[in-house]
Amino acid sequence: MRHEFTSSSSPADRRLNALIRHLATASIQSGTAVAFSPTSSFHGDSIFSHVVLAPEDPILGVTVAYNKDPSPVKLNLGVGAYRTEEGKPLVLNVVRKAEQMLLNDRARVKEYLPIVGIADFNKLSAKLILGADSPAIQENRVTTVQCLSGTGSLRVGAEFMARHYHQKTIYIPQPTWGNHPKIFTLAGLSVKTYRYYDPTTRGLNFQGLLEDLGSAPSGSIVLLHACAHNPTGVDPTLQQWEQIRQLMRSKALLPFFDSAYQGFASGSLDQDAQSVRMFVADSGECFVAQSYAKNMGLYGERVGALSVVCKTADVASRIESQLKLVIRPMFSNPPIHGASIVATILKDSNMFREWTIELKAMADRIISMRKQLFDALRTRGTPGDWSHIIKQIGMFTFTGLNSKQVEFMTREYNIYMTSDGRISMAGLSSKTVSHLADAIHAAVTRMP
Amino acid sequence: MASSVLSLASAGPSASLSSNGIEKGKLNLGNCFKKEKTNLFLKTKSVGRISMVVASDVSRFEGITMAPPDPILGVSEAFKADNHELKLNLGVGAYRTEELQPYVLDVVKKADKLLLEKGENREYLPIEGLAAFNKVTAELLFGADNPVIKQQRVATVQGLSGTGSLRLAAALIERYFPGAKVLISSPTWGNHKNIFNDARVPWSEYRYYDPKTVGLDFEGMIADIKEAPEGSFILLHGCAHNPTGIDPTPEQWETIADVIQEKNHIPFFDIAYQGFASGSLDTDAASVRMFVARGMEVIAAQSYSKNLGLYAERIGAINVVCSSSDDAARVKSQLKRIARPMYSNPPVHGARIVASVVGDAALFKEWNAEMEMMAGRIMNVRQKLFDSLSSKDKSGKDWSFVLRQIGMFSFTGLNKAQCDNMTNKWHVYMTKDGRISLAGLSLAKCEYLADAIIDSYHNVS
Repeated sequence: MRHEFTSSSSPADRRLNALIRHLATASIQSGTAVAFSPTSSFHGDSIFSHVVLAPEDPILGVTVAYNKDPSPVKLNLGVGAYRTEEGKPLVLNVVRKAEQMLLNDRARVKEYLPIVGIADFNKLSAKLILGADSPAIQENRVTTVQCLSGTGSLRVGAEFMARHYHQKTIYIPQPTWGNHPKIFTLAGLSVKTYRYYDPTTRGLNFQGLLEDLGSAPSGSIVLLHACAHNPTGVDPTLQQWEQIRQLMRSKALLPFFDSAYQGFASGSLDQDAQSVRMFVADSGECFVAQSYAKNMGLYGERVGALSVVCKTADVASRIESQLKLVIRPMFSNPPIHGASIVATILKDSNMFREWTIELKAMADRIISMRKQLFDALRTRGTPGDWSHIIKQIGMFTFTGLNSKQVEFMTREYNIYMTSDGRISMAGLSSKTVSHLADAIHAAVTRMP
Repeated sequence: MASSVLSLASAGPSASLSSNGIEKGKLNLGNCFKKEKTNLFLKTKSVGRISMVVASDVSRFEGITMAPPDPILGVSEAFKADNHELKLNLGVGAYRTEELQPYVLDVVKKADKLLLEKGENREYLPIEGLAAFNKVTAELLFGADNPVIKQQRVATVQGLSGTGSLRLAAALIERYFPGAKVLISSPTWGNHKNIFNDARVPWSEYRYYDPKTVGLDFEGMIADIKEAPEGSFILLHGCAHNPTGIDPTPEQWETIADVIQEKNHIPFFDIAYQGFASGSLDTDAASVRMFVARGMEVIAAQSYSKNLGLYAERIGAINVVCSSSDDAARVKSQLKRIARPMYSNPPVHGARIVASVVGDAALFKEWNAEMEMMAGRIMNVRQKLFDSLSSKDKSGKDWSFVLRQIGMFSFTGLNKAQCDNMTNKWHVYMTKDGRISLAGLSLAKCEYLADAIIDSYHNVS
């Protein structure tokens, strides 16, 4: 039965109609009947009757499913969080040191931070990604605001663009991190894609990328993964980056960098920042979202920064004032703990050095896992070319496995990964590589 | 389609301009890292939105205006710039000791130390936050034995203090109650309207503050709530109304609940001062609990900024009391769907502190004592201020509202010109709506403040 309602119908009517629609649907799908709690003293329909159950987040849902599995050989290759060789989360030594220093500082208080966050943290973050000698920094053309890790930085930047930039379309690579389109859509931007991954080569579809960016309307926003593309692990070469830069500048496309793996991809902070720095060296404008979740292991502390590199210092300070208007009604001011740790480490040259050593160790372990997995598949004679495992970079490998094969691996081998075939190398260890190789081999040979 | 213009560092100024000032540039593949700047070879007028043609030296954001400073936070900045020895900061609502220093609670210091010793990992929290925190925060607000908790009818999601929790709720309203309005008190915390504006939720005001009595305009409040379209969301301050300090009496709360029920409105509580207002967590939660006890569906945003002094840790929660556990599960799933593209998952540190303090009987007891101390100091300061005002002011004006008001803030009844006098003549910093933060007042400064208020009230109009 169909119930019309106009905008002038009362909320009660709307709720009733929503409930009726819900019940009508429920009667078609058996087993989803609406049940009123018998113990409730609430006699009317709930105002939330029309709210449906949202599906579990696909990426985080992998861990949920993993946790439910009782198998002793289960392997969580879902969410991108670093694990040690022993399969344990890692808190960096330098982070613990920094925290002890903060705790010992009796002058520390928990007063509200400024809306833009910790000044030191912001300056040091800009220096980290842009380079200490960056002219953009020296000329005060960069504004940096502390945000909630990468997600929060992307969201604040996108909200700003939706309000103040004339082009409301952002181009994102195909594929990209699952949360990207949602962030931009909710911020008020419309989302289009540009070709990126080539499944036949398991590498970059560079021609497609150039064509798609080349046909984007002038001034469009383009999301670029600074390094260690998520989920594919496929990065442009430096020469390809240069061509991308030229194309983008010729069309006045606005770069929005997502830098979540600086230092974590190659082991070198400077190397992993090259793409961003290229776009700043030509005096152009860009947005950069930084995350310290992986490279400082501060996942749950939510530490990140949004930097806007502008043409002039005056524009930068006006942009900062407008970013504050985005932040204040979202969370007022950012959390102090994680950013204090980062600032403490970045400003102390000894601690900074210690950090780079621990960071390189994490990156090296992942590179080693890539090699081990590649070797294991070769040993088994698994059909196919698996060299992409060692060619791709960063935390993730896009295996090229399809969703049926993934499902098979979960069912038969208790391997938990996202259905797009992405595995987190950080979740592998020397001890578990052979189990994964067995699973891949079985999936490819039994479910081609 | 306007021609685009190169912004390569190497493009020279040699190209000539056509009559409308637009030049099609050439793509130069060499010398791409030369740092020399190009001359500005065209300017286009940027009116409002940025023009399509971008010259190499003109920012695409050239048309962006400087936003005004935050009215509340701007007060502290002005105070810092003042060098007068008698200056007093009664601006932002953060607790100060009698020595006017910021205060980190002893239980928080203990919890911080314990956390460092425990050395727990920093993995991502679930989108809804730390489970241990969500459990204790709901119990704290509704009471651990509350049937709604036992029946799992509360959807609780950790949020970024009060602001973040309100924002999640606002986004839920926008998505699932399109067109529904939120009614906010006149006046209310300055950021409320910003939150609803950014969440694209329409809002209007209900009368609240009565300048004639420096008290509650109860009839106006009831009339305006009655008049609102059925199914509106009524934003209520659970206790210690910000900025006025004026709370309804228990009887008035009952009447407010009656009207809300009559009109099928949804009560939406902002509880930023539980325990901080009266010193008792239970007393300060009485209004919310009364609504819940009536079987109403209720939204309640919590903050631990003031009562645990965790301002900068950004820890709070949004709670939605639903009529069934199934409703609560679905609502929670949708709150998660809102949080994920905003910040993915909330910060762990503040949540662990709260969970430690509330979860440990000894720490919980200590916390209660410290909260009583903070609330007590503010009540003492109110008393001293009232005494000073009454003894110094010979006009017979009734200053008792200072004692009737509760919490961190007081609405003095001073108008903007009088507030300016407070600042310019007396170096007392406060917001222009006449609000003072008692938390920023010491016993030692009460007499000085009384002089300032009396002067401003009587000698400035």
